[in-house]
Amino acid sequence: MSASTFKLTLHIWRQKQRGARGEMKQYELDGVSGDMSFLEMLDVLNEKLITEKHPDGPVAFDHDCREGICGMCGVVVNGEAHGPQAGTTCCQLHMRTFEHGEHELWIEPWRADAFPVLKDLIVDRTAFDRIIQAGGYVSVHTGSAPDGNAIPIGKNEAELSMDAAACIGCGACVAACPNASAMLFTSAKVAQLALLPQGQPERFTRVKKMVAQMEKEGFGYCTNHKECEAVCPKEISVQFITQLNRDLLRASVRRD
Amino acid sequence: MTLDAKIPDGPIEKKWDNARFQMKLVNPANKRKHRVIVVGSGLAGGAAAASLGELGYNVDCFCYQDSPRRAHSIAAQGGINAAKNYQNDGDSVWRLFYDTVKGGDYRSREANVYRLAQLSVNIIDQCVAQGVPFAREYGGVLANRSFGGAQVSRTFYCRGQTGQQLLLGAYQALARQIAVGQVRMFPRSEMLDLVVVDGAARGIITRDMVSGKIEAHAADCVLLCTGGYGNIFYLSTNAKGCNVTASYRAFKRGALFANPCYTQIHPTCIPVHGEYQSKLTLMSESLRNDGRVWVPKEGVDPATKPTKIPEEQRDYYLERIYPAFGNLVPRDVASRAAKRMCDDGRGVGPTVGDQPRLGVYLDFADAISRLGEDKIRERYGNLFHMYERITAENPYHTPMRIYPAVHYTMGGLWVDYQLQSNLAGLFVGGEANFSDHGANRLGASALMQGLADGYFVLPYTVGNYLGATKLEAVETSHAAFGDALKDVEAKIDRLLEPEKKGKGTRSVDDFHRELGTQVMWEHCGMARNKEGLEKALERIPELREEFWSTVRVTGSAGSLNQQLEKAGRVADFLEFAEVMCLDALVRAESCGGHFREESQTPEGEAKRDDENFCHVAAWEFTGVGEKPTEHREALEFEHVKLTQRSYK
Repeated sequence: MSASTFKLTLHIWRQKQRGARGEMKQYELDGVSGDMSFLEMLDVLNEKLITEKHPDGPVAFDHDCREGICGMCGVVVNGEAHGPQAGTTCCQLHMRTFEHGEHELWIEPWRADAFPVLKDLIVDRTAFDRIIQAGGYVSVHTGSAPDGNAIPIGKNEAELSMDAAACIGCGACVAACPNASAMLFTSAKVAQLALLPQGQPERFTRVKKMVAQMEKEGFGYCTNHKECEAVCPKEISVQFITQLNRDLLRASVRRD
Repeated sequence: MTLDAKIPDGPIEKKWDNARFQMKLVNPANKRKHRVIVVGSGLAGGAAAASLGELGYNVDCFCYQDSPRRAHSIAAQGGINAAKNYQNDGDSVWRLFYDTVKGGDYRSREANVYRLAQLSVNIIDQCVAQGVPFAREYGGVLANRSFGGAQVSRTFYCRGQTGQQLLLGAYQALARQIAVGQVRMFPRSEMLDLVVVDGAARGIITRDMVSGKIEAHAADCVLLCTGGYGNIFYLSTNAKGCNVTASYRAFKRGALFANPCYTQIHPTCIPVHGEYQSKLTLMSESLRNDGRVWVPKEGVDPATKPTKIPEEQRDYYLERIYPAFGNLVPRDVASRAAKRMCDDGRGVGPTVGDQPRLGVYLDFADAISRLGEDKIRERYGNLFHMYERITAENPYHTPMRIYPAVHYTMGGLWVDYQLQSNLAGLFVGGEANFSDHGANRLGASALMQGLADGYFVLPYTVGNYLGATKLEAVETSHAAFGDALKDVEAKIDRLLEPEKKGKGTRSVDDFHRELGTQVMWEHCGMARNKEGLEKALERIPELREEFWSTVRVTGSAGSLNQQLEKAGRVADFLEFAEVMCLDALVRAESCGGHFREESQTPEGEAKRDDENFCHVAAWEFTGVGEKPTEHREALEFEHVKLTQRSYK
C-alpha cells in the first residue's frame, strides 16, 4: 500500500480520426497513487479533462476486461509496448512502477501500417482477425466430434500447445517489431494447431494461407530481432516462429 | 399473459430427444433464404453464429469489442463442468442435474437443467476436436479437477484460462464461417434497439462505434447473447464494457425480464483500494482449498499487522460457524459471512472514503508449513503473482486480503424451453437468459451453459422456428425500422443536450459510481431488506432525473465517442435498477444469492419460502418510471426434493 501520491507529466498522442494528422500533447496530472493501474491513471486524467472542460476532450483508449486476458488494451509507454514491466498488459501495470523513477511519460498507440489509428490511442486490429480467417482453425462442424478421450494427446504436447494458445491478440508484438511483423501472433496459432493431432490434416495448407494473408495485410517480415518476445504480455516464445518457418518450408515442397 | 415454458412431454431424460424429433426442419436449399441476427460473440453468441453458419443460414453477428475474440467469456478462469465420469468417481448426467438444481436453491426449471447436463458431454468432445488444449494426464487422456464444492471431479480446464481457450475455439469456428461468407461480422457495433414487426422480432438498430452511424438490420429472427448486467454495481468483476442495453431495449419492446434480483457475489476478490478504482479482480475460489479465512477477534486493533496477531487473537469464523464445511462453504454463504464480520467493524485492510475496513484475511501460512512453499506455488503460483502485482503484498509472507464482489447475474430475459422469449423470433442464450442457474450458479457452470446454448440448443430451436413459422418478407424500409431509428437518434440527442446547453456538470462515470456503489451495492447487494430497497426505489428516479438534466457528454454523435457509449449504457442501468430493486422487494424470501434479511434462520442463514415464492418472476415493461407488471411461472419439482440447504 502506498499512501503518498505523486505528479506526472504526460505526453499523449491525440488524433481526431483515421487519416487525420495527430500530435503529442502535454498534460499535467497530480495525485497519482502507486496503487492505481495504468488505465485507472488515464481514467483519472479523463475525469479531469471532462471536469475542466479541456478543449482536447478525454483521451480515447481501448480497454475491456482490465484483467490482462481480453487483449483489448495496449499502448506504447516511453517506447515500450505495454510499458516497462515484463509479462504485463498495461491494464495490469501499476503506477508504483513509476513512483521512484521517470515522472514524464510518453504514451502512443501501436504504430504499424496494418494497424491504422482510429482515434488517439485506438487502432484498427481487424487485420489479425483476417489472418485467423485465412486458416487459423480446425475445420470441424458442430456435432461431428468423436469422444474427447478418443484423441490421446501427450501431456507435454498439450502443455506446449497451450503455451502458444495463450496469445491474447493484443498486437504488442507488431508494435515492438522494427518491421511491424505479425510473425509472433501468426506463429502462435500455427504452432498451437500444428502441435496437436487435430491440426494435422490442414497443417501445411494452413501455414501457407495464414502467412500469405499476413503479407497481404501489410505486416513486415521477421528478421529475428526478438523484440516481440520481449514485450509479449503472455511471454510467448519465438520458438514458435521457428516452428512456423519449418512448416512453411515443408509446405513449399509438398504437393497439397 | 400466461407464461408457457413449452416443456416437452415424456420422462425427463427423453424430453430433449422428443423435442428434437418434433421439430420442423428447414431443407438445405431453404436455409440459405433465411437471415439470422446474433448479437454478442461470447461463448453463446459465437458458438451459435458459427453453428448456424455451418448449417447454411445467413448470419449477421455483432459485438461491441474490436474483435469477436474479446467477449467477456474470455475472463473465466476455473473450468467447465461435464458429466463424462472419466474419473470413475460416480458422476452421471443425473448427478450433475441434481447438483445444479440444488446449487441453484430450487429456483430453476428442471427440464432445462437436465438438458444442460445431457449436453455437457458433447461440449467437451466438440472443443477437443477444435483444438482446445485442455489439460491432459501423462497417458494422453483428459485431466479433471474438482471445483466449487462438488464431490466429484468433473471440471475440465486449460490452466487458469479455460474461458479464453473455449472462446477462441468458438471464435475460430466463427472465423471459418466469416471466411466463406456465411457470417458477416460487425465488430465495434452496439445494438441500441430491437425492431418488432407484427409481434415478432425482425431486426435491430445498431450504432457503428467508429463512425457513429446509426444503422438498421433486418432478419427473420434475432438471437441475443449479450451477457449479464453485473456492471450496474459499477464495481464488479465484469469487463468495463459489459452492459444491460441490448436486453433492456428488448424488455422495453415487450420481452419479459425474469428474476432480475438474482445476483452472484463471489467471495474471493481483491478488496477495493481507492476511490479511483475502476473494477474488481476475482481470484479463483480454488484458493479456499488451502487458505484459512480469519479476522482479528473483538478488541484487537484491525490495523495491526496480521503476522503480529497471535493465534489466540484470531477468529477463523468460517471454521467456527460451519464446522462441517469450514472454509469450503458455497459462494453465497462465504460472502455473507465476510460481510457480517466487516459490518461488525472487524474487517481488515485500508479504509476507503468513509467506509469501514472491507476485507478479511485468507491465510496460507498453515498450508505452507504443512506442504512447503513450492507445493503452494505449484498450485496457486499464477494467482499469488496476480495478487502481488495488484496489491504489492507478498501472499507467501503475509495473508491475502479478500472481499466479495459482484460476479455474475442469474436473472435475464425470460425464455421457454426453446430459449425463445415471449416475443416470437427473439431467442436469448448464455448469461443473458435466466433459465438454468436458478438463484445461484455453481462454479464452472457458466461456460457449460453458454456453449450448450450456442452449439447444441439454439441451432435446433432457431431452425424449428424458421421451419414452423410463415414469415412475411420484411425490409429495413418497413415503418417499424424507421420509428426505431428515430427513437435511437432522439435518445442520443437527449444525451448530448445538457452539455450543449451549458448545463452539463457531472461526468457519466460519476453518475454510474453513485448508482452502483451508493444505491445498488448498498441496498440491493449482498443483503437486502424492505427499508433499504424502498429507499433505493426513491433515490433511483431522482438520480435518473439529475442524469438527464446535468450529465456532461462531450464530443459529437457522428464520431468515435466513448463518453456517449457509456452514457447510453448508464441511462439504461438507471432505468433497469428500478426493475431489479422491485423484484428484490417483492421476493420477500431469501434464496441463493438473494438474501432478504427478514427471511433468515435463527443462525442467520438464508431461508426460502417455497409456499409463496417457488416461481419465476417475469416482469413486463409498462413505461419508464412506471411499475412493471409481474407475471409468474410456477416451478414444479418432480425429480428433486426441496430441502433447506445446510453446511454446518
